[in-house]
Amino acid sequence: MSSARDRILASVRAALGRSGAPPQAQQGALAAYIAAHSSGPCPGADWDLLARFQSRALLLSSTLDDAETMAGVPAAVARYLAAQGLLPQAVVSPELARLDWQGAGIHAEARRAQAHDLVGITGSYCAIAETGTLVMVSGASAPPSNSLLPETHIAIVHAARIVRCMEDAFALLRAEQPRWPRSVNFVSGPSRTADIEQTIVLGAHGPYRVHVIVARAGSLAAEADSSQCHARARQRS
Amino acid sequence: MHATSMHFKSRAAEKLADGDLRAALDGLKRRFVPARAAAIAELDDFEAVREAAAEIRDRALEHLDFFLEAFERNCTARGAVVHWAETWADVNAIVVAIARDNGVRKAVKSKSMVSEECALNAALEAAGIAVVETDLGEYILQLGHEPPSHIIAPVIHKTRDQVSDLFAAKHASPRKTDIGELTREARERLRPHFLSADMGITGANFIVAETGSTLIVTNEGNGRMATTLPRVHVAITGIEKVVPTLEDVATLLRLLPRSATGQSISNYVSLTTGIRDAAELDGPEQFHVVLLDGGRSRILASEVRAILRCIRCGACMNHCPVYQSVGGHAYGWVYPGPMGSVLTPSYLGLENALDLPHAATLCNQCGVVCPVKIPLPGLLRKLREQQYERGLRPWHERMALAGWARLAAHPRLYALATSLAAKLLCWLGGHERRIARLPFGRGWSGGRDMPAPAGKTFRALYGKQD
Repeated sequence: MSSARDRILASVRAALGRSGAPPQAQQGALAAYIAAHSSGPCPGADWDLLARFQSRALLLSSTLDDAETMAGVPAAVARYLAAQGLLPQAVVSPELARLDWQGAGIHAEARRAQAHDLVGITGSYCAIAETGTLVMVSGASAPPSNSLLPETHIAIVHAARIVRCMEDAFALLRAEQPRWPRSVNFVSGPSRTADIEQTIVLGAHGPYRVHVIVARAGSLAAEADSSQCHARARQRS
Repeated sequence: MHATSMHFKSRAAEKLADGDLRAALDGLKRRFVPARAAAIAELDDFEAVREAAAEIRDRALEHLDFFLEAFERNCTARGAVVHWAETWADVNAIVVAIARDNGVRKAVKSKSMVSEECALNAALEAAGIAVVETDLGEYILQLGHEPPSHIIAPVIHKTRDQVSDLFAAKHASPRKTDIGELTREARERLRPHFLSADMGITGANFIVAETGSTLIVTNEGNGRMATTLPRVHVAITGIEKVVPTLEDVATLLRLLPRSATGQSISNYVSLTTGIRDAAELDGPEQFHVVLLDGGRSRILASEVRAILRCIRCGACMNHCPVYQSVGGHAYGWVYPGPMGSVLTPSYLGLENALDLPHAATLCNQCGVVCPVKIPLPGLLRKLREQQYERGLRPWHERMALAGWARLAAHPRLYALATSLAAKLLCWLGGHERRIARLPFGRGWSGGRDMPAPAGKTFRALYGKQD
């Protein structure tokens, strides 16, 4: 008795004028096509990546701030929360636990976000200049819930990790991650809907506000990134 | 979904008389059409991206078995389970079985048109499993027991007032009229469901052969919720959705949101691969991917194969003068507009959707805006030819076409007949030079006058020039 799988594949092959899998040579060519990862037309060879990222992020209704170094991030967060009239308390992704939140007057808990959390602070794997997008990669120290459940999402982006386009983000992931991450989320501004009369409303199911703090320089972020990479590599070995 | 595609003409007439619907559909021309144009203009070379996108989809279809097997291999290597479903009933049986095996009492759903094909919600409810639609539009439809009328904007047929009435009645809450407040009300109703559901059901915009991933694009974040919070995630999708590489996905994503809503990118592009690691703090413990044939392999073998390139952006319906006038419900099944007029007869049978290949003016707006270059008017014409060959058109239409064919094959007879017709029509036009009742064309002149021709045919005038 053949399975549904076999019958579907047989029917696909019949439609393509074959009775079995493609010939060996063609399979090799298709595998080579995948391995080549060739890109289609990509814009922006001449972009200033930071400037492009910032201008596109604003178009997506994200708000922006920057900090000289990672050490300056908690103060920038405190500034934003105060300006929004939000309490200085937040859930932070474990990857940011080491920053001095207390010093900036923020009560920060490093864990996965729960239903009651109003502010979530996360890092970002990298960011995309073309569209002003944050790339969020899941991991033990970066739970996706933290950028999703709270009404306010504050994301830290390291300026050196702004790439040109989605293709470059994929290349970076392949180069740096020993194993493809479970979830890669491209986040472009606050959650929105236009289902009722095509009128845009922010805050459909996800955050109402996305605030991006760009850490311009300093090696802290880079160090944190690389030490996390090593830690992950150690865990696996 | 129960199909009423045989009744396009009568439903279209009903819809044309619906003032609320006409007002609601105005949003297509007011918002979607200009937004798409602006977003496309932002690309350096739209035609080059479009060409690359069509090639990507063709490559995937040309070697569909190879890429599906690669997807399956890479997907299962990450702890997910791939299920193959030949029919809609098979999809329902598979999802119900997964739910039962895992003691699922409630599922939250992100928008999925494939699930509409299958009528999955009804199957789950019949099995005693609660299912909650979480896309705002789909949630409104579930409350009102209605099918979607658009593949991207499922409640485009409804006005804000109608939503206000529905929420007030179903939520037993004070009537709100502000769209922001209505959205907030839905958010507050749905959040507890996300947190308590045992299963998340999504579709997939693409599945990626190289990584075994599924990808969904949403704006609301409900897709992320459904793939992050419940312990079981089920993605159901058609076998044609496979794409070889992530770079291919990136190219298609430059076109999908732009063509759909005029966004340069959707708010959330969620790429999901396998189940959560032991060390992760969230994510599903189980991930099932259900691959549906449901007529797709039959289309692959047919003259309308190019429709399988479709990436479900909805641009063809947004720009279609017929869809803009009658909305999606007139088409009678899951997929409306030009792409639906090709898909519905192909899935349900040409004899079960007789009017749909004719529910278009062949103006080619759909062909021009299609991001993957599907020659939609050409495909509709092919279906018309098949209807004619299979004797599925009414006798008077077949007679007329046969008569026309004979006439057109005899140039002298043709010249005589057309010059007589031109004279007759000129005479019918009278002093006003307008024809109020066209012979053999009452339907056409029922709503407007036809300008009378000059009395001489183009051939006669052209002949005189020499």
